[in-house]
Amino acid sequence: MKAPAFAYAKPSSLAAAFDLLANPDAKALAGGQSLIPSLNMRLSSPELLVDITGLPGLAEIKVLDDVVRIGALVTHARLEQSPEIKKHVPLLAQAVPHVAHAAIRNRGTIGGSLALADPAAEYPACAVALDAVFIIKNKTAERRVKAEQFFKGLFETDLKPGELLIAVEFPIAAKSDRAVFLELTRRHGDYAIIGLAMHNERFVFLGAGDRPKLFLFQKDLQKAKEGLKAGLNPPADLYNSSATKRHLAGVLLERAWNTNTTSR
Amino acid sequence: MGKAELPLHAPGTKVDRGYIGQSVPRPNAKRLLQGRGTYVDDLKLPRLAHVVFYRSPHAHAKIKRLEFSAALKLTGVIGVFSGKDVAEYCTPWVGVLAHLKGIKSPPQHAVAIDRACWQGEAVAAVVAETRARAEDALALIEVEWEELPAVIDMEDSLAGKKIIHNEFSDNICFRREHDTGGVDEAFAAADVVVEETFDFGRHTGVCLEMRSILADYNAAEHSLTVYHSTQAPHMMQDIFSRHLGIPEASVRVIARDVGGSFGIKVHVYPDEMATAALSVMLRRPVKFVADRLESFATDIHAREHKAKVRLACTKAGEILAFDLDDLTGIGPYSVYPRTSGIEGNQVVNLTGGPYKHQKYRAKLNVVFTNKNVTCQYRAVGHPIAVALTEGIVDKAAAKIGMDPAEFRRKNLIPDDAYPYTFPSGVKFEKLSHHKCLDLLLEKMQYEQIRLEQIQLRKKGIYRGIGLAAMIEVTNPSPAFYGVGGARISAQDGATLRLEPTGMVTVMCSVTEQGQGTEGIFAQIAASAVGVSLEKIKVITGDTGVTPYGGGTWASRGAGIGGEAVLLSGRALRANILEIASKILNVDKDTLDIESNTVVSKLTQEKKLLLEELGRVAYFRPDTLPMDFQAELTVTRHYTPRQYGFTFTNGIQASLVEVDTDTGFVKLLKHWCVEDSGTVINPMLVDEQLRGGVVQGIGAALFEECLYSPEGQLLNGNMADYLVPMSGEMPDIICAHVETPTMQSQLGAKGVGEAGTAGAPGAVMNAINDALAPLNARVTAMPFTPERILKALGRV
Ligand SMILES: Cc1cc2nc3c(=O)[nH]c(=O)nc-3n(C[C@H](O)[C@H](O)[C@H](O)COP(=O)(O)OP(=O)(O)OC[C@H]3O[C@@H](n4cnc5c(N)ncnc54)[C@H](O)[C@@H]3O)c2cc1C
Repeated sequence: MKAPAFAYAKPSSLAAAFDLLANPDAKALAGGQSLIPSLNMRLSSPELLVDITGLPGLAEIKVLDDVVRIGALVTHARLEQSPEIKKHVPLLAQAVPHVAHAAIRNRGTIGGSLALADPAAEYPACAVALDAVFIIKNKTAERRVKAEQFFKGLFETDLKPGELLIAVEFPIAAKSDRAVFLELTRRHGDYAIIGLAMHNERFVFLGAGDRPKLFLFQKDLQKAKEGLKAGLNPPADLYNSSATKRHLAGVLLERAWNTNTTSR
Repeated sequence: MGKAELPLHAPGTKVDRGYIGQSVPRPNAKRLLQGRGTYVDDLKLPRLAHVVFYRSPHAHAKIKRLEFSAALKLTGVIGVFSGKDVAEYCTPWVGVLAHLKGIKSPPQHAVAIDRACWQGEAVAAVVAETRARAEDALALIEVEWEELPAVIDMEDSLAGKKIIHNEFSDNICFRREHDTGGVDEAFAAADVVVEETFDFGRHTGVCLEMRSILADYNAAEHSLTVYHSTQAPHMMQDIFSRHLGIPEASVRVIARDVGGSFGIKVHVYPDEMATAALSVMLRRPVKFVADRLESFATDIHAREHKAKVRLACTKAGEILAFDLDDLTGIGPYSVYPRTSGIEGNQVVNLTGGPYKHQKYRAKLNVVFTNKNVTCQYRAVGHPIAVALTEGIVDKAAAKIGMDPAEFRRKNLIPDDAYPYTFPSGVKFEKLSHHKCLDLLLEKMQYEQIRLEQIQLRKKGIYRGIGLAAMIEVTNPSPAFYGVGGARISAQDGATLRLEPTGMVTVMCSVTEQGQGTEGIFAQIAASAVGVSLEKIKVITGDTGVTPYGGGTWASRGAGIGGEAVLLSGRALRANILEIASKILNVDKDTLDIESNTVVSKLTQEKKLLLEELGRVAYFRPDTLPMDFQAELTVTRHYTPRQYGFTFTNGIQASLVEVDTDTGFVKLLKHWCVEDSGTVINPMLVDEQLRGGVVQGIGAALFEECLYSPEGQLLNGNMADYLVPMSGEMPDIICAHVETPTMQSQLGAKGVGEAGTAGAPGAVMNAINDALAPLNARVTAMPFTPERILKALGRV
């Protein structure tokens, strides 16, 4: 479990980073909490790691008019401690403590988690539930992509070679919004067997397919349960069959439905 | 030094006053916490080479061709070797013992020669300047395989349609039958018969420090120094000597800090033998540190049993007989030198063990499979025996409508029945089941939580209470291994030396694995000699330094090693007094040692500081009588012999809540009452119990090595193999009954495995108690949410 040899660079400007990332065998390195294990296990062998943690301006949480803009380099730990997130993006605030363990939260970043697009991760589901907008840049341009369009498949996103995720914008929660985050793990901090990020009528399941799985459910719980049964076909994991996961998703649906948490 | 709050030691215990029974902190904790431990991977020697292994991707396959040329071309690669190459330096071994009648296993090589028998078996070795470079070279090795039919399932193996080893006519490694007679009659006459089949998943001990070895061959001396993360340095010295052809005393095995072992590091591993052989071949130091993925695929696994058990009892709740049929799958080889027959053998010895029935029949089949090998891991066989015994006992109690605590009280062997021979043939010196049960019920407020349970059920909250009485093998005599021909020492020794400044150096053959052995040796030595704790320095884990002994396993460190230290300490004290009497010119019977000082026995008046005595004995012996020689280094040994094992007993309880929607089990509380004889350090004993309980909970709820039907290990990493974590663990309340063994002066029995022995059974019974009103029941460990949901008919 030793990584194959690679070159390492830590640029201090976005322009320099984009120049380095022009190399097709280069990979961005953020918190390294997913990338480094994959190198050590020799699951990938990039020629060059471009450490983006020295880039200015990417580690900020900014409260704007309608949105909270979270820089890609904001760590899980900072999100966890942020009063702004707690106040304005309560769903995310509920989700963060479920992400891994303290040591990993100290280094792992929101940008890394979203760019990795693990279907069992918490943030992608929250981003879809909240209709977040992803801000993506390359050497020459910036573009904005909605969460639902960003996640394309298993560990697959809309990011193109040479691009970096710069920030994510989450809408500021209204008083009447309802947000519930629930997940089932056998040990705290593990990736979820199944989880649910609920924002008003948007129910997004994690661990339920190749990407966050969105359902729109209104009013009638019974109908919602039927909709879930018909529409959810989660892949089995080592310990849970598809049927078990579907059952558990139904349990979470009902629990979220019956939770009276409002956003503020 | 904080005084213990617990009772210091049992009345009548023949121990010196002093530190025995006190929770003194262990001396190595601070060093380890400051990161100053020395583990094998911390060692760097000049010309050090690193070895990694090419491991079979198949469960069973013939090696048709090995192609090393591309790997050999890589700069930094020192050599690439096949099984044949390594075999020239290391003879094969066979993991059998004479007292396990009929046990068989084929010869095993350090690196497989023609055939790989499990996914993960090493078939080639790459030696390079760095580990990373060696791993680069691994990717360049080409192997042509011919897949062979693999036997993955135990029952398929027993059926024997496909035979793993051509030299044998079946897949049975070992078979045992035991019968007191009268079992069928007892079942025929019984009011009540209950039966259940329990499945126990295969799991492993996950050490923080992975298996590690650095072998340094010195051609000039034809000697070998091995830095090894091991529990048994002398056993390994003997093995390296015999299989590498180096005289025994020219092999030195050094175990510095060891980061956990749990039985994982007491076996002969092919890759470790290969590392030593390669050092001899290449005449330079070679290091192998298993990475986490290799650890899961090659560290011994354990358990994997399917056991059918029947119990016969009367309407009044008297157990009449047990009938057991156990099947266990051990991988393709019986592990050398302890064999893989011992765990099943223990299940036969221990099933039904706490109870007073007289009829017992057992059948055991130990079969080969094409999965990683299994062998002795913490609490060998006990978790199986305890869980199936206690599971069937609960079922019987439920069937006659008796409270499970009451049912146990009726059947536990009475506290005044000792010495006692159990129908399996094992002998108990003195146990205290009833005292332990009473103390447990009091500690857990049994009646009250039963009432709460009833109240909560009305609200749809399903709590369960599970009990598990247990007996455990500790302080084994030579009957365990020695009589079977294994060169594994049942005796241990301790050398104590008074230093000129009045300090005492203790060298003991029992090793430290992180459990605090050195701490208790310091306590015992200080108490026996009469010095304060900070005067003691303990050295363990070096065959070149300590007396000969067995090391750490089978809960023997305190009971055997501790007794050797005590005897040695007493002898040193006597020698010191002898010298003092010469210096002071008084009769030695009038003297004693107290707080680093020779004192008058009668008045406690201070007579002579030990540092003054040391100065005279070492530097001015000319002032002593002409015919007198001071002896300030003494060695004593100890072997338990009166009983095959010094059995201990105890009882555990678990309180759980089952979420019947999700199948999740919440552990609310756990209790463990244990009788380990004299408690030397209450804090360490409790931590041994707690750590053991957590490993037992791992077996019950989390840990399983999952294999595909083709024999691929599916979850061999820390993300997918679930070790228990602190967040999910309940408070674990420990309490003690102290019945010292009379076989030794110290009176200590072992405690390292008790927690692991009882916890799985207690948790299983608690879950089944919670599920009982829903007519659901689980019997296959680990109890995953899915298994519980299936039992509930929810999926
Ligand atoms: C034991 C363990 C448990 C974990 N449990 C969880 C869990 O429960 N839930 C969970 O969500 N996560 C979990 N994680 C993953 C963790 O949250 C990671 O931190 C996260 O997935 C990746 O973030 P990172 O900053 O570490 O990214 P890195 O590991 O540095 O990068 C991950 C990938 O994203 C790319 N990348 C990173 N930043 C950018 C960017 N700004 N633009 C474009 N591409 C980028 C990298 O090139 C790489 O491909 C766990 C990790 C570990 C080790």
